[in-house]
Amino acid sequence: MTTLTPVRSRTGDERLAVTHPVKRLLRRPEMGAFIAALVIFGYFSVSTAAFLTPAGAATWLYSASLFGIMAVAVAMLMIGGEFDLSAGAMTGTTGLLVGAFTTQWGMNLWLAMLLALLIALAVGAVNGLLVVKTGIPSFIVTLATFFILQGVNLAGTKLLTGQVAIQGMTLVPGFEAGKVIFGGVIPVFGLDLKVSVFWWIGLTAVTSWVLLRTRYGNWIFAIGGQLQSAMQTGIPVRRTRIGLFLGTAAAGWLVGMLSLFDVATVQATTGIGQEFIYIICAVVGGCLLTGGYGSAIGAALGALIYGMILQGIVFAQWDNNWLKAFLGGMLLLAVLVNLSVRRQAGVRA
Amino acid sequence: MTGAAPILEVRGIGKVYGSVIALSDISISVGAGEVVCVLGDNGAGKSTLLKVLAGVHPHTSGEVLLDGRAIRFAGPRNALDAGIATVYQDLAIVPLMPVWRNFFLGAELSSGVGPFSRLRVAEMRAITLAQLGRMGIDLRDVNQPIGTLSGGERQSVAIARAIHFGARVVILDEPTSALGVKQAGVVLRYVAQARDRGLGVVFVTHNPHHAYPVGDRFLVLNRGASLGEFDKAGIGIEELTRLMAGGAELETLAREIERG
Ligand SMILES: Nc1ncnc2c1ncn2[C@@H]1O[C@H](COP(=O)(O)OP(=O)(O)OP(=O)(O)O)[C@@H](O)[C@H]1O
Ligand SMILES: [Mg+2]
Repeated sequence: MTTLTPVRSRTGDERLAVTHPVKRLLRRPEMGAFIAALVIFGYFSVSTAAFLTPAGAATWLYSASLFGIMAVAVAMLMIGGEFDLSAGAMTGTTGLLVGAFTTQWGMNLWLAMLLALLIALAVGAVNGLLVVKTGIPSFIVTLATFFILQGVNLAGTKLLTGQVAIQGMTLVPGFEAGKVIFGGVIPVFGLDLKVSVFWWIGLTAVTSWVLLRTRYGNWIFAIGGQLQSAMQTGIPVRRTRIGLFLGTAAAGWLVGMLSLFDVATVQATTGIGQEFIYIICAVVGGCLLTGGYGSAIGAALGALIYGMILQGIVFAQWDNNWLKAFLGGMLLLAVLVNLSVRRQAGVRA
Repeated sequence: MTGAAPILEVRGIGKVYGSVIALSDISISVGAGEVVCVLGDNGAGKSTLLKVLAGVHPHTSGEVLLDGRAIRFAGPRNALDAGIATVYQDLAIVPLMPVWRNFFLGAELSSGVGPFSRLRVAEMRAITLAQLGRMGIDLRDVNQPIGTLSGGERQSVAIARAIHFGARVVILDEPTSALGVKQAGVVLRYVAQARDRGLGVVFVTHNPHHAYPVGDRFLVLNRGASLGEFDKAGIGIEELTRLMAGGAELETLAREIERG
């Protein structure tokens, strides 16, 4: 005997195909990166001896953390529909500024750090203002800023020190205290994790929360998704967009400090060439290059993938140059996956 | 005319985009419980007029009055805060965002102060579902990206949003253009309901058959200028249609088509 139950009473709506919870999970923007991270983790764990050792894991987590902090900020900016090519050079600029202020001019360390932060924010504000006021694509504006910073970093360092790096940070009063916050090591389950890993995790959590659970997050998605609509619904578009550029600049400062206190030396070339890696991490993590879609957790996973490959290749004793080829392949794959996501998530014409 | 003091009024308004004169010397007002229809052909300047009313574009001449006082909206937020909500012709939606986020875009409900305020997600979902239900739109899921809805469904969401947030005046730019017969009827009934609740409605349409039944007054635009403002008592639907289409042209067209 069969009893027929109306479809409606079970599913709520008969037009809605019942989606399996797993399938729903798979639709999340960061899912592709999550699966890729698992595969890469598995591969290097099995194929190299060093990858899974506490020292090995601490190494790739540290690499991932520095890229991850930037990738998360860049992802938030990209969701808002913009790029920041000056983000890499900014990590160098801020470190060099603190180095120059303290070792060359004897400025108080904390004051020097604050000043470097303010300068970074000023550069971010200029980027943002130019984009918002003139409508010039951020790709061009920040490309210009990138070259300016790169030139200033190199020429300024040479001018001041006669060398291509600033050294001697360990002699600066307060360095040890700063190292606790920005360069310390915290043991967790036998792993000696650099403190930057915690900054990375914390920042990812905060950014994720901002994006998904606050009004600002809503505004960022709207601005990147359809600027015109965002304006028409009365969102404070200018303020929000400029804020995003301040975000990447501040993240650049944070990473600048993290590397400064880690090695006590700043190369004038620090960060140059990394701006695209941040973007790649964000895209691998599910950000659309066209804006309006993506996730902070995805970008953090993208950076994790990058960190694992970067160190995994070393542990496997491969030629380092394979990294670039890998990266290009990952990017292409991610863009293709994202494209299909966008089609499915359905943007009808 | 009801004689009620107008809530929103424009006097001798003009709008120039660079060298394009999109509007010149238009006057119109809407009071509580009144439906004003703006009619005109493509490119007549209807959307431009509404954008001035909604605070999107500043006008280049004339004045805008809110409750009798001259005002210059700095942006759509100003107008929204004054209780003026708009359904734009392009709907002002973000295709990749869920329906409920679109519904509350720019007016999100949140609790807590400053940086710690968080969205009241469950409440917003429930309100969205309820408001859409009231419009006869029975959505599968308010979490789906709005870009996946049909054109008519998207239009309905935008209308429901304006009705929900428009405390005093609701402005609708061709809200019935993509709708089926039933939904168009629902929208017209909505317009009537909003009027009965004491809202002022500005209703833009191409279709005199939609405008005539609900409208109290009709403003006909042609090439950025006014062809006149008419009370319902002063004009019939045939005459309105003829006026919109540029008079005799339509009759010639009808004859040509019949012969063919
Ligand atoms: N941002 C703009 N820049 C320049 N010209 C514009 C702009 N917006 C509108 N126009 C011009 O102003 C005129 C009126 O446009 P508008 O959109 O108001 O027409 P409409 O009456 O709403 O037409 P439709 O019925 O097709 O929606 C058109 O000729 C248009 O080209
Ligand atoms: Mg129009």
